[in-house]
Amino acid sequence: MHVPDGFFDGATSAGGAVVSAGALAVAARRATDELGERLAPLAGLVAAFIFALQMLNFPVVGGASGHLLGGALAAVLVGPWTAMLCVAVVLGVQAVLFADGGLSAYGINVLLIAIVPAAVGWVIFRIVRRLLPSTDPAVVTASGIAAFVSVPVAAAVFSVMYAIGGAVNLSFGAVLAAMIGTHVFIGIGEALITGAVVGAVMATRPDLVYGARDVEPTSRGLVNA
Amino acid sequence: MKRALLVALLVGVALVVFVAPHASSSPDGLGKVSADEGFDTGTAHDLADGPLADYSVDGVDNEGMSTALAGTLGVLVTFAIGAGAFLLIRTARTRHE
Repeated sequence: MHVPDGFFDGATSAGGAVVSAGALAVAARRATDELGERLAPLAGLVAAFIFALQMLNFPVVGGASGHLLGGALAAVLVGPWTAMLCVAVVLGVQAVLFADGGLSAYGINVLLIAIVPAAVGWVIFRIVRRLLPSTDPAVVTASGIAAFVSVPVAAAVFSVMYAIGGAVNLSFGAVLAAMIGTHVFIGIGEALITGAVVGAVMATRPDLVYGARDVEPTSRGLVNA
Repeated sequence: MKRALLVALLVGVALVVFVAPHASSSPDGLGKVSADEGFDTGTAHDLADGPLADYSVDGVDNEGMSTALAGTLGVLVTFAIGAGAFLLIRTARTRHE
């Protein structure tokens, strides 16, 4: 989903940068509440891990590929505000070192890949958690569903932004249908990878999972010593 | 905690070393849709000549090795910048209180 230079007009790129900068400023204030003492190493680790996962493009239908966005995964692991900052760091490294994602589109990319998926992912995660019993497996299930939803929503936000300031004048409906049509399948990959990672961390260090803080350790049957 | 960090970093490095060279090279979702729908107006990246551009290391001819090496550098640099940024945020925040 990394937007290159030349997709959006200058005003929209600048608007994306302003909105993203505002959201990241709020996130920076809130992130310390989420992780406290453990903030720096854990958040750095989540950023590094998402960087690695974003290199793993998997094929989807119709000759396209997709890779993890990671906002929902990061939100479950370290909280939504920290998650936005983590993915924004990943996007910065990708744009500057690896020439992936246009420099002028950095704000738009932060909005589409960091802010929207983390926010949407976290909201869906909380809703699904509320519908399920408070157990470890429910955390994994909710993570997968949240991850799935976050991808087509980000694709929809792209389509809205493209209607506002895209370089080519196209029908909003056509762009939206094509974007969602492809990204629903990428969302399935997002769900599987997110579920697998959250499941692995829950199995080994459930105490490190922000989204599982309210799960009673006794529900695990065996309290980890 | 230190052990968990190390294990996770190693898993991240293992993924880019062993899996990334086999990742799909098809255009990503946005690339495909923009080509199909006629809005593929992306211009060359300003830093396209960088030593690690496109996840390959300048001067390493073996494609798989180049991807693995670029990915490893990316994982380590992202960890360092991420941890550093959050350390700054935390320090700034504690000083405020």
